[in-house]
Amino acid sequence: MNDAEAEVRKALSSVAPEADLDALPRDADLQEELDLDSMDFLNFLIALAELTGVHVPESEYAQVRTLDACVAYIAARMGAATE
Amino acid sequence: MPETDGVFRMPSLGADMDRGTVLEWLVKPGDTVHRGDLVAVVKTDKADIEVEIFQDGVIDELLVPVGDEVEVGTPLARLAGSAAPRVEVAAEPARAPVQAPAPAPVRAPVPSSESAPARAAVSPYARRRAAELGVDLAFVIPAQPGHPISAADVERAAVAPAPARAEPVDQATAMRRSIAKLMARSKREIPHYYLEHDIALSHTLAWLAARNEDTTVEARVLPAALFAKAVALAARDMPVLNGFWQDGGFVPGGGVHLGVAIALRGGGLVAPAIRDADQLPLDELMGRLRDLTTRARSGRLRGSEMTDATITVTNLGDQGVDRVFGVIYPPQVALVGFGKVVERVWAENDAFGVRPVVAATLAADHRATDGHIGARFLALVERCLHSPEEL
Repeated sequence: MNDAEAEVRKALSSVAPEADLDALPRDADLQEELDLDSMDFLNFLIALAELTGVHVPESEYAQVRTLDACVAYIAARMGAATE
Repeated sequence: MPETDGVFRMPSLGADMDRGTVLEWLVKPGDTVHRGDLVAVVKTDKADIEVEIFQDGVIDELLVPVGDEVEVGTPLARLAGSAAPRVEVAAEPARAPVQAPAPAPVRAPVPSSESAPARAAVSPYARRRAAELGVDLAFVIPAQPGHPISAADVERAAVAPAPARAEPVDQATAMRRSIAKLMARSKREIPHYYLEHDIALSHTLAWLAARNEDTTVEARVLPAALFAKAVALAARDMPVLNGFWQDGGFVPGGGVHLGVAIALRGGGLVAPAIRDADQLPLDELMGRLRDLTTRARSGRLRGSEMTDATITVTNLGDQGVDRVFGVIYPPQVALVGFGKVVERVWAENDAFGVRPVVAATLAADHRATDGHIGARFLALVERCLHSPEEL
């Protein structure tokens, strides 16, 4: 598991503490699969920003809808954000 | 309940609460407290709630130990140093603070399922007495173990206090019961009327997207906050929908304290209030909404938040439904619902177009208002949403 994935999982756990993330299909819609409303999703992105420094713009929410997509998105930007 | 008599009582944290358990004391004897200070954490059927005190003084004595469940109104602490006469509590037999067994929750002897044989035999006369006295034989224990239940046993059980909650219920069950009680009361007592109004949001959402663009994530505002603010402003302008039906008449709320229905993960819901929501700038209202949602789901709510709401808003759009016809929280008189924002074909200025549209609904108490008022209210909500710059 790479750093980005660890941080994404940590952020998800903060809004869905009861979820079994290992059972989460990697290509499933996070909001649907984890029953996150828009407030939960925003809190997820806030947690993610605190952990990684990456602020996902509203216009790019479609690129972080699934675990795989989100990990790829964060991994591509983490270095840039921390440098 | 006037809280100026030097006694801090178990507060009623909602129309559905009869009892509460002291989970934690946040003060100790000798502490100075001021109006609004948090003094205890109380567990109700719905949540763990931080409870404020509404008088100034010095804590003299804690009267109920942690872990005890008591009825609403039971004195929990006595204050010294206030001008308060030490009446009611002092009238009780002197008792060592806290360590002493506080008024124990009433509990009748309950047959222990482990030790008792399947079921004690019952004499025919005892059975008849039980029927006459309305005693449930399942709760009668024979005076002499192993012997059949006698009429004397039944008569003794008849005068014993009824078993309080015989078995402890888990939080989910307690929450369900609490909602059941309150919602059944609402549907039993409140003659609801329902109105629906579709509101086009092109300008509103374009304004919001521009506002959120290039902001850090924590500074973003969700449509839910716009809806909340619009409802709060409309409620301020139409005070007949903002308040309570009490004792056969309408009592206006002192300010717009917006209840927000929040679904809890794992089931159930709470509807804590944001005080003076009509006066909060949008970003502050958004912050409060986020804080309230987070605390409702993971942490703790405050007593005043549980009791203050003068009108409630519910937002089920995230679950994908188009509209919600709500059930009013007694004793409030209105509940405003928002569904999912959907793209719709929309006619405007002699042309068709596609617009993001939300269905706003109002469930209102027909004893307090008529449909005409409700219709004006929803029109007002629309006008507020169409001027997001002013929210």
